Amino acid sequence: MEGVQAPSPSGGDGRILENIMYFARTLRAAGLPIGPGKVLSAVEAVRAVGLESRDDFYWTLHAVFVNRRDQQDLFDQAFHIFWRNPKLLERMLGMMLPEVVLPDQQKGEEMNRRLAEALKKPGDGQGKDQEDEVELDAAMTFSEREVLRTMDFEKMSGAEINAAKAAIRRMVLPLADLPTRRFEPNPRGHRTDMRASFRAQLRSGGMIALKRKTRQRRPPPLVIICDISGSMSRYSRLFLHFMHAVTNDRDRVFTFLFGTRLTAITRFLRYKDIDVALDKVTDAVEDWSGGTRIGETLGEFNRKWSRRVLGQGAIVLLITDGLDRDAGIGIGVEMDRLHKSCRRLIWLNPLLRYEGFAPKSLGMRAILPHVDEFKPIHNLESLGELVAALTRPGPRRLEAAAAWREMG
Amino acid sequence: MPVPASVSDTLDLLRRGNYVSDRSLATAVYLALTLGRPLFLEGEAGVGKTELAKVLSETLGRRLIRLQCYEGLDVASAVYEWNYPRQMIEIRLAESGAESRDTVEEEIFTDRFLIKRPLLQALEPDIAGAPVLLIDELDRTDEPFEAYLLEVLSDFQITIPETGTIKAEHPPIVVVTSNRTREIHDALKRRCFYYWIDYPSAERELDILRVKAPGAAAALSREVVAFVQKLRERQDLFKLPGVAETIDWAHALTQLDVLALTPEAINDTLGVLLKYQDDIAKIHGSEAERLLAQVKAELAASP
Repeated sequence: MEGVQAPSPSGGDGRILENIMYFARTLRAAGLPIGPGKVLSAVEAVRAVGLESRDDFYWTLHAVFVNRRDQQDLFDQAFHIFWRNPKLLERMLGMMLPEVVLPDQQKGEEMNRRLAEALKKPGDGQGKDQEDEVELDAAMTFSEREVLRTMDFEKMSGAEINAAKAAIRRMVLPLADLPTRRFEPNPRGHRTDMRASFRAQLRSGGMIALKRKTRQRRPPPLVIICDISGSMSRYSRLFLHFMHAVTNDRDRVFTFLFGTRLTAITRFLRYKDIDVALDKVTDAVEDWSGGTRIGETLGEFNRKWSRRVLGQGAIVLLITDGLDRDAGIGIGVEMDRLHKSCRRLIWLNPLLRYEGFAPKSLGMRAILPHVDEFKPIHNLESLGELVAALTRPGPRRLEAAAAWREMG
Repeated sequence: MPVPASVSDTLDLLRRGNYVSDRSLATAVYLALTLGRPLFLEGEAGVGKTELAKVLSETLGRRLIRLQCYEGLDVASAVYEWNYPRQMIEIRLAESGAESRDTVEEEIFTDRFLIKRPLLQALEPDIAGAPVLLIDELDRTDEPFEAYLLEVLSDFQITIPETGTIKAEHPPIVVVTSNRTREIHDALKRRCFYYWIDYPSAERELDILRVKAPGAAAALSREVVAFVQKLRERQDLFKLPGVAETIDWAHALTQLDVLALTPEAINDTLGVLLKYQDDIAKIHGSEAERLLAQVKAELAASP
């Protein structure tokens, strides 16, 4: 304790270390990832800086406990409440606790219901072709006002889930691998691995037998931006399963949903259990089956996310029917920016399955000049075609969607 | 030069290096210096993350070793590499001579044939004191390199299979920067002192201009800062101007002998401030005029 002489912000001199420990515990309860190691560093740091000023004390703890920018607010609030009255915050957290526990209990019940359904004998193949029967009229109307309601995944019948899962099992996305700057040993490689050769020679002696190496290949990151507005609601359940399967199948997958606003759901889809994942997504998304504002939400994506997720040559799957509440305003500019920021932009549109379909709506016409590929996505067959398309390196940019552009 | 003895000393040190900073940043720097742990700086491009490392090396009189990160950065270009051509020649020479094979092998894996890259250089003893190691834009590398770095930064030692382990006698002063184009793993951040460098307040930015662009007229500096701050409030720009851009802009305007902002001067030099054609198109012309009128009115209201 020899560095600390001044009275601590909490009053008692000897209790400061204890209070740091309690403070750390409080932060942990509030959701910051803080382990015992951090507490020790905090004590060490406070000793190094001393306790002359409250500001320095604040920034000392800040430097240790805060790891990300979005934790700053939480830390700030906790700090000001705790170091005025440590007991107060603890009591407040205690009062919040039952509320935190509640959803978990509910989820347990829900899973049981699903389990019960699963144990029952499945209905006689009635849901098998369900996705193929999706009606056009339902999909072509889109609501004028923002409908903020929560979608109920419970409505999904067991047969429907099975059909979707069957589709998704076939959807192992084999994205064409890209060469990286790293090398790996390969006897048929085109480059000489000098280091391996010398080391081998060191072991065996005699002639230097040349070892070979080749560039490591790695699948590119995948970004999925999916429309969940009213006109897409018949499909969004299926697509969520698809996104969940892809997210858990590979690394570097980022998923976003949009209707009237953009929601990042990558974190929720990382839960292995599809039910848990979908529950978390339902809680996070506020604009299920509402209107669509493609231009504005894409703009938000470009500003907030594009630098963070498109950095390493990502492939973007944009899933939307292109029906836009704002009549295509702002889409062109934002699509252009999105297209320039990624390696390949693929537009998946469920409406494309109708014969004689032409991209006539303003939203579609605004999107079309900026995509590399334009594909249908509405049933198992089109999902299969998508897989094939992603395996190929793909035609040169802009040529791919040219045929559609002439029609539109 | 020894490290500063208190937060205030650290603040003075940075000032001496012409780096205007908040006391909060000085606290984080002081902690990193005294407790010998890396400083992890995050923030938008052009807020002075890299500059901080340069200033530390200058004011402390330490060597600056910079590791610029990129995707696919590997051990051969970040840590060390053997000098194969020289090793080959050495072997040929030895073969024509009468040296035994064992001696040759021992000789070709010595310091003479080792090309030291930044991380290894940073662990070497230096007469001036432990060097400043700047690991710039860590977010650009991939996860495997991050994991390797984790090992180096926690023990400050590197193992070369052919020769052995090299351990730093005095650990270097490490500054890690990230533009946050991707989230760095918590395991690495946990070993560092974290600081988010935000855009400065108008007052602070004016301080920075006084130090970094002393040639600019006082009135011009105030207008420049107010204009840039106005731009940063906007939601529709793809890339907001950083402090570096403010400084560049003040320099550019001074070079053009501008004493007070005019719409024409702004239009001519907008490329210094904004780096995307879409952004420039949005501000160019009438919008610049409107913003400037606002700025002038506000400055007139609060002298």
